[in-house]
Amino acid sequence: MLLEYIKQPWPWYISGPLIALVMYLLLKQGKDFGMSNNLRTMCTVLGAGKSSSFFRFDWKTQSWNLLVVLGTAIGGFIAHYFLSDGAAAQINAKSVADLKELGIIDQLQGYLPKSIFIFNGSWFQFLILSIGGLLIGFGTRYAGGCSSGHAISGLSNFQLPSLIAVIGFFIGGIIMVHFLFPLIFA
Amino acid sequence: MKAVKFILIGILFGIILYKSEAASWYRIYEMFQFRSFHMYGMIGTALATAIILVQIIKRKQVKDSNGMPIVFLDKDKSITRYLAGGTIFGLGWALTGACPGPMFALIGSGYWTLGIVLLFAILGTWIYGVLRNKLPH
Repeated sequence: MLLEYIKQPWPWYISGPLIALVMYLLLKQGKDFGMSNNLRTMCTVLGAGKSSSFFRFDWKTQSWNLLVVLGTAIGGFIAHYFLSDGAAAQINAKSVADLKELGIIDQLQGYLPKSIFIFNGSWFQFLILSIGGLLIGFGTRYAGGCSSGHAISGLSNFQLPSLIAVIGFFIGGIIMVHFLFPLIFA
Repeated sequence: MKAVKFILIGILFGIILYKSEAASWYRIYEMFQFRSFHMYGMIGTALATAIILVQIIKRKQVKDSNGMPIVFLDKDKSITRYLAGGTIFGLGWALTGACPGPMFALIGSGYWTLGIVLLFAILGTWIYGVLRNKLPH
């Protein structure tokens, strides 16, 4: 009975406070909630210290955060294979229509559109995935944080820089979805 | 023992990201179209709860598990880096539908192409590190 309930998509008013709980659990461990720091740590692990002082620090001091993202991947595995009924997110019908119009989907299924994320060997897919990754990695470090570090950690501590960063997230997101999607997927 | 705690916190986080549909590309698309309350409700309640927790920690001077005070550092004051960096991040977030947390949850759930996104996100961070002194902050 409980498992049946868990297997349904969780409502926002359950998920939101749970995210704050994750932040609290990390604070109780004496750590900060911020996922994008791991990208910097991974650079350091891979030897980026040779090319920039930005990466010259003892990455072992950040190994706890690498364990958190390792857990996040395991959590995604558990949720997908044991706690889901496989239903697609029921998004706004107009958005579904737009995605069909752009040729991104035929029908709504899974968590990600197949045309982009189920690799078929096309350069188009590779470019979207790689450019998207570059923008995320470059932007988040330039901004000093991502959705977790700024939108939750920073804003909850009333940090004006975090508000500016979140406004930036939305400027970028709106430009991409409203103006660039029709060009990219035309 | 500490390592296990961090992995468990991560597992909880991954399950929440997946089950909340924050890891769904479609939810991010819809959010940037302002057509659904779902993501705003989630971020809003996360933030409201986090504000209360931070206030409790500050006022009751809650200690961490090592008995040390929990401190909150102020972020450096600036507009340029947060606005420019944030906008660049937002472009990538909307394109791939994944920010650095959900990226890992999705890789775990079997969408291996997010591994390409992750590799290039690491490369993007490296490029930032190399160019950092030439960029306006």
